[in-house]
Amino acid sequence: MRHIISILLENEAGALSRVSGLFSARAFNIESLTVAATEDPSLSRMTIVSSGSDNVIEQITKQLNKLIDVVKVVDLSEAAHIERELMLVKVRATGEVREEVKRVADIFRGRIVDVTESSYVIELTGNCSKLDAFLDAINRDLVLETARTGVCGIGRGDRILKV
Amino acid sequence: MQLTGAEIVIRCLQEENVEYVFGYPGGSVLYIYDELFKQDKFKHVLVRHEQAAVHAADAYSRSSSKIGVCMVTSGPGVTNAVTGIATAHMDSIPIVIISGQVPTPYIGQDAFQECDTVGITRPCVKHNFLVKDVKDLALTLKKAFYIAKTGRPGPVLVDIPKDVTMHKCEFEYPPTISMRSYNPIVKPQDGQVKKALKLLLEAKRPMIYTGGGIILSDAAEQLVKLARTLGFPVTNTLMGLGGYPSTDRQFVGMLGMHGTYEANMAMQHCDVLIAIGARFDDRVIGNPEHFGSIARKIIHIDIDPSSIAKRVDVDVPIVGHLPDVLGELQLLLEQSGEKPDAGALAAWWAQINEWRGRKSLKYTQGKELIMPQYVVETLYEITGGDAFVTSDVGQHQMWAAQYYKFDKPRRWINSGGLGTMGVGLPYAMGVRFANPDATVACITGEASIQMNIQELSTAKQFRLPIKIINLNNRYLGMVRQWQEMFHGNRYAESYVDALPDFVKLAESYGHVGMRIERPADVEPALREAFTKHKDDLVFMDFLTDQTANVYPMIAAGKGLSEMILAEDL
Repeated sequence: MRHIISILLENEAGALSRVSGLFSARAFNIESLTVAATEDPSLSRMTIVSSGSDNVIEQITKQLNKLIDVVKVVDLSEAAHIERELMLVKVRATGEVREEVKRVADIFRGRIVDVTESSYVIELTGNCSKLDAFLDAINRDLVLETARTGVCGIGRGDRILKV
Repeated sequence: MQLTGAEIVIRCLQEENVEYVFGYPGGSVLYIYDELFKQDKFKHVLVRHEQAAVHAADAYSRSSSKIGVCMVTSGPGVTNAVTGIATAHMDSIPIVIISGQVPTPYIGQDAFQECDTVGITRPCVKHNFLVKDVKDLALTLKKAFYIAKTGRPGPVLVDIPKDVTMHKCEFEYPPTISMRSYNPIVKPQDGQVKKALKLLLEAKRPMIYTGGGIILSDAAEQLVKLARTLGFPVTNTLMGLGGYPSTDRQFVGMLGMHGTYEANMAMQHCDVLIAIGARFDDRVIGNPEHFGSIARKIIHIDIDPSSIAKRVDVDVPIVGHLPDVLGELQLLLEQSGEKPDAGALAAWWAQINEWRGRKSLKYTQGKELIMPQYVVETLYEITGGDAFVTSDVGQHQMWAAQYYKFDKPRRWINSGGLGTMGVGLPYAMGVRFANPDATVACITGEASIQMNIQELSTAKQFRLPIKIINLNNRYLGMVRQWQEMFHGNRYAESYVDALPDFVKLAESYGHVGMRIERPADVEPALREAFTKHKDDLVFMDFLTDQTANVYPMIAAGKGLSEMILAEDL
């Protein structure tokens, strides 16, 4: 099962490598990992997407909690939550496909943020499957380059991850 | 008053009441050593290789429950120390390692004797720090000692660049410390303890299985009290030996790959298992599927939540400091006025005693060749069971665990988790520093002892009267045993050729050497070593039966009840 794990950790040099090192040392899987400082600059928030059996996910959260720099760990996917990923896609946009690409981008509520005679850069936000669906909807041969941020997430309503 | 970083390091160690620092100087730690030279509140023990410094600090801690401290220089000083750090980490031993680093402006420049110490040691420490500003030094050292000893203990490394040891700042050692990201759980949940008690009282075939956690948390007293009140059988892991008295009738021996027949059978067939400070590792329960093929209720008590439900599913998990949890359990038991099912318990003991009747540790000592088991048994008798025994890793380690009956905690010092050959002699040194009047024996083999043989020099310098029991079978014994049993007798690279004359070797370091070749000489030689040469280091080279194997044995991947017993059993 796919899980989205959110971690609050001390914003210190090396904290990221402690987390990534833990995943490789214990053969846990990482689908994506994002990290940035929070509104409190002494803390970072990391979002990891991983998959595994319930036992494996339990071990992941326990092992993360054991890291000295980790303040809090929550499995967002245990309850209602919002997940988002940002993708920038550079696509070939010449001749008749130029209009077609724009139409598909509009349907997916993507924004064209850079235009040249032969290409567009489209910015698209959503959950992973929406981004995948967009790529499936346009001709793959047109895709020149993609850059995805990985997932970040937040709990709905009263679920708050804070110190 | 303004102090230099080097002075601050020394002051912090003094504030922590450190008695000994095991170490080896070098370029990056010269300012610290200069300050060390000017003080006499703690002593420095100069080892001959950094690996031994860490092992000695580790054993100092294992045998005393204090924090061991070692100091090494940057680069090769640290890389040499890594095996020692990983060894301590696998067995959760609280030590603090202070390492020198190249000056901060040089970090990342491939400077002389530079290595990424924090990166290299990260997977084998509980935590580590790089101190980039002298103002953070005192607080960081305070944190290091606090983290090492609290929660599930472990090694903590503090990497200090050379310029930080020269810079000055105001010194104040924080009296207490709190960290928002580190609050080890210590108070057990009442409801869980009640559930555990209910299961224990309902048990028909109960079993108490305890590990190194009992030793580390100094919970032996509470364990003995609880076990005696309940009257249940007790088994210890390799790391847990001495946590429950080995000579007690409720003790069924060590369990696991080389555990006794009765311990493994009782573990497999019990209906309620209480695991205390143990982690169901592969050398203990063998194949987890086979272990799970018989239904039983499991209560698991540990300070580390991640040890629980890692390898087996658990019915009642309890996270807490073991003396508190066991005390709580004892209190509830006494308040309840209830007793375990006496009839069922009597039947269970009858079954266990039948298993005991197999005498799985029996061996035959003939007239010609010395059996290694006999040497350990004789050592036990001559030392009255009261020695601190260190071991290296291999067959001799298992024989030491099987035949030396430990009645007290912190007497059996070995590398259980990482299985590090070469620990025996530096371990014996650390033990002796922590226990200056103690009898210390190091049970080793001719291969292991050579991995840190240079420490005979340190032992001479500090006049450490260690008794080295070298069970010399001219083979990497455990490797040879596996090759005999599982690799068609193809003894690939397990014969140890070109051995030194250990008697002359010991003598060249200024110690006493003895070679013992016949069974009849074993007892008199040991007696001489522990009486006439009481104050000397004695290297006793016992030439033992080369074909002796460790039994019982559970092959890798097999189940607890699938033991291979000695041929004549």
